Order: sequence, then structure tokens, then C-alpha cells
Amino acid sequence: MSPKPVFQTSGITKIYHMGEVDVPALRGVDVQFFKGEFVVLLGPSGSGKSTLMNILGGLDVPTAGTVHYGDRDMTAFGDAALTDYRRNHVGFVFQFYNLIPSLTARENVALVTDIAENHMAPEEALEMVDLTDRLDHFPSQMSGGEQQRVAIARAIAKRPEVLLCDEPTGALDMQTGIIVLEAIERVNRELNTTTAVITHNAVIASMADRVIYLLDGKISKIVQNETKVAAAHLTW
Amino acid sequence: MNALNLKLIRDLLAMKSQAVAIGLVVASGVALYVMSANTARSLRESQQAYYDHARFADVFASLKRAPKTLAHQVAAIPGVARVQTRVVEAVTLDVPGLAEPATGRLVSVPERGRPVLNDIHLRRGRDIEPNRPGEVLVNEGFATANGLQPGDTVGAVINGRRQDLRIVGIAMSPECIMVVAPGDMFPDDEHYGVFWMGERELASVFDLEGAFNDLNLTLMPGASVAEVIRRLDRLLAPYGGAGAYGRKEQVSNTYLSDEITGVETMARISPMIFLGVAAFLLNIVLARVITAQRQQIAVLKAFGYDRWEVGFHFMKLALFIAVGGAVTGGAFGLWMGRGMTNLYASFYRFPTGYYPDFTVMLTGFLLSVAAASLGVLNAVQRAVRLPAAEAMRPEPPAAFRATLIERIGLQRWFSSSARMTMRNLERKPWAAALSISGIALAAAILMVGNFGQDSVNYMMEFQFEKSLRADMTVALVEASSGRALQNIRHLPGVMHAEPYRSLSVRLRAGHRSRRVGIMGLEGGGDLYHLLNVKEEQVVLPPEGLLLSDKLAELLDVGAGDRVTVEVLEGARPVRQMPVAGIVTEFAGVTAYMQLSALNRLSREGNSLSGAFLAVDPDQQDALFASLKATPRVAGVSVKEAAIASFRKTMQSSMLQMRLFMIFFSCIIAFGVVYNSARISLAERSRELATLRIIGFTRAEISMILLGEIVVITLLAIPLGLAMGYGLMQLMAQAMNTELYRIPVVISRSSYVFSAGVVMVATLVSSLIVRRKLDHLDLVSVLKAAQ
Ligand SMILES: Nc1ncnc2c1ncn2[C@@H]1O[C@H](COP(=O)(O)OP(=O)(O)O)[C@@H](O)[C@H]1O
Ligand SMILES: [Mg+2]
Repeated sequence: MSPKPVFQTSGITKIYHMGEVDVPALRGVDVQFFKGEFVVLLGPSGSGKSTLMNILGGLDVPTAGTVHYGDRDMTAFGDAALTDYRRNHVGFVFQFYNLIPSLTARENVALVTDIAENHMAPEEALEMVDLTDRLDHFPSQMSGGEQQRVAIARAIAKRPEVLLCDEPTGALDMQTGIIVLEAIERVNRELNTTTAVITHNAVIASMADRVIYLLDGKISKIVQNETKVAAAHLTW
Repeated sequence: MNALNLKLIRDLLAMKSQAVAIGLVVASGVALYVMSANTARSLRESQQAYYDHARFADVFASLKRAPKTLAHQVAAIPGVARVQTRVVEAVTLDVPGLAEPATGRLVSVPERGRPVLNDIHLRRGRDIEPNRPGEVLVNEGFATANGLQPGDTVGAVINGRRQDLRIVGIAMSPECIMVVAPGDMFPDDEHYGVFWMGERELASVFDLEGAFNDLNLTLMPGASVAEVIRRLDRLLAPYGGAGAYGRKEQVSNTYLSDEITGVETMARISPMIFLGVAAFLLNIVLARVITAQRQQIAVLKAFGYDRWEVGFHFMKLALFIAVGGAVTGGAFGLWMGRGMTNLYASFYRFPTGYYPDFTVMLTGFLLSVAAASLGVLNAVQRAVRLPAAEAMRPEPPAAFRATLIERIGLQRWFSSSARMTMRNLERKPWAAALSISGIALAAAILMVGNFGQDSVNYMMEFQFEKSLRADMTVALVEASSGRALQNIRHLPGVMHAEPYRSLSVRLRAGHRSRRVGIMGLEGGGDLYHLLNVKEEQVVLPPEGLLLSDKLAELLDVGAGDRVTVEVLEGARPVRQMPVAGIVTEFAGVTAYMQLSALNRLSREGNSLSGAFLAVDPDQQDALFASLKATPRVAGVSVKEAAIASFRKTMQSSMLQMRLFMIFFSCIIAFGVVYNSARISLAERSRELATLRIIGFTRAEISMILLGEIVVITLLAIPLGLAMGYGLMQLMAQAMNTELYRIPVVISRSSYVFSAGVVMVATLVSSLIVRRKLDHLDLVSVLKAAQ
């Protein structure tokens, strides 16, 4: 028997209306995520990865279908419930870091700890991504990899149940990308956070417990990895 | 401090010069408001306090002669509280150092004790003492204008005899806060003074012992002014009553009250204009900040900040600027209010204090907060509504297309940077339209700041050159026969004289009525022209009245309507008369008739109240000397002096505010122009940096951006001048009073001034932007898309 999933989606579709035409981004996705699991979502550009993650993260709602977070039906959440969910339960990491340029590393993390209930100190979060020497630097004074690690620290400072990363290495070179992936790996391991990483880089898939392949808005296959490769040993 | 507030402060610091520019506009609005509201309030309170303290009468009447016992009957009129009878006479004065004769109004005061009503206050010297003939007090304005001190004497022709008036003190009274000679439109302190003299002495020289010819009364609370006046008129009619009137028609009171109303209007208009502009600026600045921070907003939402926290975060940006401006402006306005009140205090002769009010400050504060909130509401709403997922994607690339100019094939006339400028403008027509209207508004407000100057010049020319063409106007003590005119014509230096007759009447139309003078003029006369709006001469009809435009408005009548004329002199006939036409006048309210028709109306044969004179300048002094010695002459008004006093009045009055307005309008102009330049820079800087990277020179990218700013300014200026004209019409409406109307006249120099300030502001802003362009961060463009 399998443990209770953190997320359980059934038949979710998402259709964007672009003027006259309807763009189907998701066409019936059934998927589960389990506690502490490291999942990689793999698929070509435009396959609906970000759309799925936005729905899981409570940034967007599906056109049809249901999403359960634990026992709760997220599709029935109102704005306040979605906000509370994002505030306390989920952390995001984006391709372009999206740090607030006018705030230092520590302050960018504090932005989250100011409002989350069960948070760690910003310094502690930055320590987890190995950035203790960059506390008072502004984003413009840091490299892309460092900025992305600040973004990870910001995402995990609230001790989220779920960490969602949308192409976290997409804008980085390999070496920097690996450092970032190591940080995500460490969070997943030490905090036992359910982690989903979107990528179109197949190499990264070998880090995962499970790889979910998306194609044209549908899941094409799901692969359970026998062995996980540590981020430090990846090359591409 | 939490991280979000830190971001707020850093965002503010990053846009500090823009924030300061907008804050200054808010400050200007609040300063003007606090200044004018506090000034108006101080003047009103001082006026009321003085009126109460000095027992200023509610109703005023003059008559030929009545026994003092009549006062009991007056006191018996229901609603009358206290009655005071007086002797009041006009005399010709010979003031040392003044070539032309002046006119004095001698007012009786009790030899012992205080006047019952309209009490006088000594400013210098001492009170008159009983049994010392010839002792007088003089009003402060006259004393100051003529340099008179206690101990000086002034010659007067009293009842045909020359007598010296010995000034023992200088005084003020609630009746003469502003002194205007009867029939005049403007105060002329040099040539018209009020003298207080012992009642017994004054009555005896004018054969009015045991009698009176002037009466004041106060009303009980709740009494009807109109009803008391009606009964009083009936009572006084047999004694030659010239029609009683209330405070509303008492010249000194009207002057002061209108002035205060003017200041109050300013207090109402200025915050609307300035805070409106500030709201507008905050709107475009915040809209731009929110567009630039799309992704930051998305991040905040993705991390669980709710929409109201995000909205309020941006709202605070605007509120911070508004509150900063309001506090600065409030403090400045408080201080300016004191100066303004003091300025009025020196112009109007009554005790004034400065009574600033906390609620005024609070209102100014709340108004600016409200304006800022309203201004940024829709921008903030965009931030509130922005879906978190949506914002994670960068703004789609802008859709460009060939501009209109290119489509019609004119592109070869323009350089490639000119084409970029045009495409940018065409691509974001709304942004361009906003910038254009902002700058246009600034130009418009600059014109309003100049409002008045050109108008006053126009009024002067209209009144004193085109309309009144006489060099001098001589007023006689009372209506006289044609012989008086012959005498005047034979005075030295008189080249030409035309008689006039001024008749006190009450005009009624429906339920509206007005106590005015009808001016009877000789048809075809050349020394006084009646003009219409187009400055064309209006010919006096053989029968019927011409009304000044304001009088027609007050009575709500037009040409062809009939009015009831109740003559308040002599046999007091009552007639229906047609209104034959309307004439234009910028001061006072008057009706006009043919002199012959007027004399038929009053049944007084061939009589006149005075004459307009054309004078040989070389013989002017001789003429003055003989006029001073002529018993029946009550006053001489010399055009030159009238022009001088007119100028003085207009300058010392509300138009003082002009300076402030101009100063603050310049702030607005700079605020708007600078902001729109900064916004263009912010919106273009990535694109321009990219151009630099691919090899454009600094000068070339400057041309693209500055070209845009210049095109916007050039489009905005004509629009702004047109809007300014419209705003002036509104101002003129707001300042239209019985005492004077200010025509909307704008000289070329005002247009040039307004356009010039906007252009200078553009130049300065362009230079600043140009400097920033030189420091454009090229590397940041190469970094990842934000
Ligand atoms: N806000 C949107 N409006 C319209 N179409 C969208 C929107 N977001 C995504 N799409 C479309 O949905 C499809 C899936 O997009 P996305 O989930 O971003 O794919 P991926 O992240 O796998 O590249 C694409 O065809 C994309 O163009
Ligand atoms: Mg994607």
C-alpha cells in the first residue's frame, strides 16, 4: 500500500483563451506527489509544465478537474485560502530568480519570514544554501547562481511542505546549475520537503525519485528511478 | 522594520527626485489652501469681532432733515434694537500739499460719551473735547494718504464759509474699513476722507439743531432686514429719505466681505487645481512603477502576500509623497497665512488678528491624502488584480508597425532616430496623451497664475480712456440748476463741460430689487461714452434705461423687459420703464438715462449733480484753486488720480495672490515636465542601452529620447494655452462681484510666459535626463531578462 499523497490531481485541464482561439495547456492530468519525494517534471517547451506547477502552487486554477492538497480540494479554495496556502505551505523558485532588486539577500528572505507562521531565521535559510557571506548583498551585486540560491533560501524559509522549482537552472551554466541543484537536494533531504523541479534538461531527471514526462498537455509516462544520482555527479 | 517597508523606502529613494517634484506640487496646493483658508478665516473673525465690538449698524439711511423725536418712531419698528441719529454732510476740502480739492464727509459724534452705533476707535491723538470748535477726528486712510498728523489743520468750505478743521486724533470705524466716495467705484484715500465732529457744532453750522439727516440702527436677532427697511422707508419718506439699505449694500462692508469671499474662493480652487495635478502625476508615476514591478508583484503574491497587502504597499508610496507634501505645505501655508493676513491688515483699516485653525490644517492634510488615493486608485487596482501566474511571464514584446507618416510615404524626410521617436509615440498613444495632457495642464495653470494683470490693464483702458473721456468730474453738493453749469463752464481752464444728474432710485423687477443711482447723461455727449462688450458706443435712447450688465444680471432682466423705478428723492415718483439696452461695465452697478428724460422723471426741470470737464492742462492749478473756493462743489475727481487709486486697489487686493500662484505654477510645470521626462527615460532605458551596445552614439540615443520629449512638449503647449483660457473663464466667473468684474483678457506676453516656462522646464529636464543617459548601465541589459 502506498502512503497518502501530498497532491492528488484528477482530470485537470487548463484552457487559455487567446482572443478567438482556445489554447489547451493541460488536457486531463492525473498525478500524485508523495511526502518527501523529489520529482522531476520533464517535457519540451510548451508541454504544460509551468501550467501544472502554477496550479499546484495555487497561482492558477484549472479549467476542469480537481486538485487535492492533503484532504482538501484546492479547486474550492477562495482567494483567502489560496493566499494562506501560498503563504504557509508552498515555496517557489523561478527560472529568472525574481528577487526584489531593492532588497538585500537577507531582506529578500525576510519578505517571506515576515508573514509565514512556522519560519526559520533568514540567516538560517541562507546558511542552508551556503550564502552566509552574502547576507547584505543586493541582487545586482550577485551572480546568477547566487541569486538563484537566495531564491531557494527565500522559498524554504517558511519550511514549506512543497517546494516547486520552475526551470531553476534554465538561466545558468552547468557548474552554477549544479550548485543550485545541490541546494535543492539538500533542502529535500534535510527538511523532507516534497520537491518538484521542472526542466527540459533530461540529465537532471536522474536526480529524481520519480520522473514525470509531459507532452502536449498530457502525461506521457512516469518513470521511477532505481537509483538517484547526486547532483554533484551530474554533467551536461 | 519589515522587508516590504524596506522595499518601499528604497523604491522611494530610487525615485526621489520625482517624489520630491510631486511632493512639491502637493505642498503648493496645501500651502495655498492653508494660507487662503486661514487668511479668510482670520479676516472673517476679525471683521465679526470688530463689528460686534464697535456696534456696527445693520441698517443705514440718509434723509433731508427730520426732528430727533422721529427716532422714537424708528425705534418702535418691530425688530429694531437700537437707533442712532446723526448729522452727516459733504464738504469741499483744501488739504495742505494737495493741489486739487478733496472731499470730506463730516459725521457727527456725541460731544460726551461714545456713539451708540458705529463706534470710533482712536489710533493716535485724543478725542474731541466739548466746547472746542473746529476739533475733528479723521479717518486713518485719509490721514496716511495725505501725511496728516494730530495738530494739523485742513481747510473746509462749510455751508459756504471757509473754516479750519483742527485734527486732534486719527480714528477708525467699522463704517470706513474701506472708504469709497459716493458715486465712485474705487477707494481714493487721498481725495476722500471721513471726519468726526461734535454733534452740536456740526448741527449748528448746517442749521440742523434738534434734527438729523442720517440714521443707523441695529436689529434684534431674527428680525427681517427687508421688512425693517420697508417700514423705515415709509417713515422717512416725508423727510426726504433716500432709501435705507442694509449691510449688504454698505460699501465698506461689501468691499471687505467680497474680498474675503475672493480669498475663500481661492481656498476652494487652489487645492482642486494643485491636488488634481498631483493626483494625475501620482497616477502616471505609479502606473509606471507597477508596470515595471509586474514580476515583483507576482513574487509577493506567489509567496503569500494577499492582494490588499500588495495594493496597500503601492498605495503607501503615494501616501508617503502626499503626506510629506501636505506637512511641508501645511507648515509653509501657516506661515504665509500670517504674512497674507498682515498684508490685508495694512490695506484694510480694522484690527486684525491671525487665527489659524487646526481644522484647516487637517482638511488640507485629508484633501491631499484623498487626492493621492484617488489618483493612484486605478494603478493600485491593477496591482491588486494582477494574477500571480500571469505576472511570472515577461511583458510580451510590444507590437510595432509603420507610423502614419511612414504609411503615407514621408519617411525619407526623417532620420532613423526621428522615425524611432515617432513609432514610440504612435505605439503608446495613451501614454503620450497622458504626458501631453499633463504638460498642457501645467501650461494652463501658468496662464491662470498670470490672470489679472492683463485684465486690469484692459479694464483701465476701457474705463478711463474709452468710456470716461473727461479729464475731471466735478460733483455738486446737491442737484443744482442749469446756472451752475454756466458757472462751471466759465471757470479757468475748462474747455468743455457736460452735465450729469445722478438720481437715487430703487429698481424693482419681480421680487428682485436694487438701490442704485441712475446716471442721466446728455445724448450725444463726448466726455462719457457708454460701451457694449465689443467696445462699441451704445447710444442713449430718448426714453428708457440702459443697465450695466451686472445690474441686469442682479435684476434678472434684459433689453425689452420693464422695471419699476422708485425715485428716492424729491417728489418720489414711481414709474414703469423699459430696459432699452445693456452696457458693459467692470465696476459697480449703474443705470443710465438721457438727462432730459431723467429730469422729466424726477420732475425737477433742468437740474444737474455735476459735470464732466475737458480741461486745459496748463490752467489746471488755477482751476483747482477756484474749485476749492466754490461753495457748491462737493468733490472733484481727477482722472489721473482715479487711475492711480484704481491701480492701487487692484494691486493691493486679491491679485497679491498672483505672485504665489505664479510661483506655485512654475513648480507644477517643472513637476509635470520633469516627471514625464523621467518616465520616458525609465521606459526607454533598456532599449536605448541596447542601441548603445550595437553602436549608437550617446548623441544619437539622446536624440531619440529628447526628440520624444520635445514632440510631446510642442503638442502640449497649444493645448495648454487653450485650456488656460478656459480656466481663466472659470476664475473670472468665481471672482465676479458687484464691486467689480474681471474680464478675461490675455495678452500675448502671458501666452509667451506660459509657453516659455514650459519650454525652460523641458530644457532643464532634458539636460538632467541627458546626463542620466550618459550613465546608462549597459551591462545590466546583458544580464538575464528581468
Ligand atoms: N497565460 C497564458 N495565456 C495563453 N496561453 C498560455 C498562457 N500560459 C501558457 N500558455 C500556453 O499554454 C501552453 C503551455 O505552456 P507552459 O505551461 O508555460 O509550458 P512549459 O512550461 O512546459 O513550457 C503553451 O502553448 C503556452 O503558450
Ligand atoms: Mg515553463
